[in-house]
Amino acid sequence: MLVLTRKKYETIVIGDDIEVTVISVSGDQIKLGIKAPNNVDIHRKEIYDQIKAENNAASNASVNMLQNLSQLLKK
Amino acid sequence: MNIETKYHGSVEITENEIISFPSGIPGFLEETEFIFIPFTEDGLFQILQSVKTANIAFVLANPFTFFPEYDFQLDDSALEVLQLEKPEDASVYSILTVSEKMEESTANLQAPIVINKQTLVAKQVILTGTNYNTKHPLFRQPEEVK
Repeated sequence: MLVLTRKKYETIVIGDDIEVTVISVSGDQIKLGIKAPNNVDIHRKEIYDQIKAENNAASNASVNMLQNLSQLLKK
Repeated sequence: MNIETKYHGSVEITENEIISFPSGIPGFLEETEFIFIPFTEDGLFQILQSVKTANIAFVLANPFTFFPEYDFQLDDSALEVLQLEKPEDASVYSILTVSEKMEESTANLQAPIVINKQTLVAKQVILTGTNYNTKHPLFRQPEEVK
């Protein structure tokens, strides 16, 4: 991991077209502004990880489970 | 062309039914092409099947059938990536996590699959600033999510 120290209002450039700017610092909380092309998604990591985990869980339905689901729906 | 599927064996598909996910979906970034295979006759449940990887398929449902109040806004970046010109062009589905105990199956309302019906370009959009989470039970009344 690259570690850089920035002051308020300073910016980091990632690649050619992603910029991260320190907007404000207040105790433990840092507000970051991020500029990136529309096709680059930006998320809080814990949210992204949750979605990833749920997608992984969702991809694991066995044929058996699907048949059971289908039975349940017929009620 | 013929593809191998997770639940339906070998299936014949045409190019123009392929749904393109340019960014893949979280956890499956390399999966950029999927097709729909109906799971129930009424179209309530569909299988989203990867074209290139037989073993990767998801159960999708129409969220509005189970959650009539479901509602969200797409931000500008999602609208642009999907090239959506009007709301009617969008199809929305939720990925279901099917459980061993069927009644405990859940829908991921926090990250709907949004498809542009005209172009068949799609994306899993992660919603922010809503009360939705990744595990909404399908088969009982939803409680107020805090």
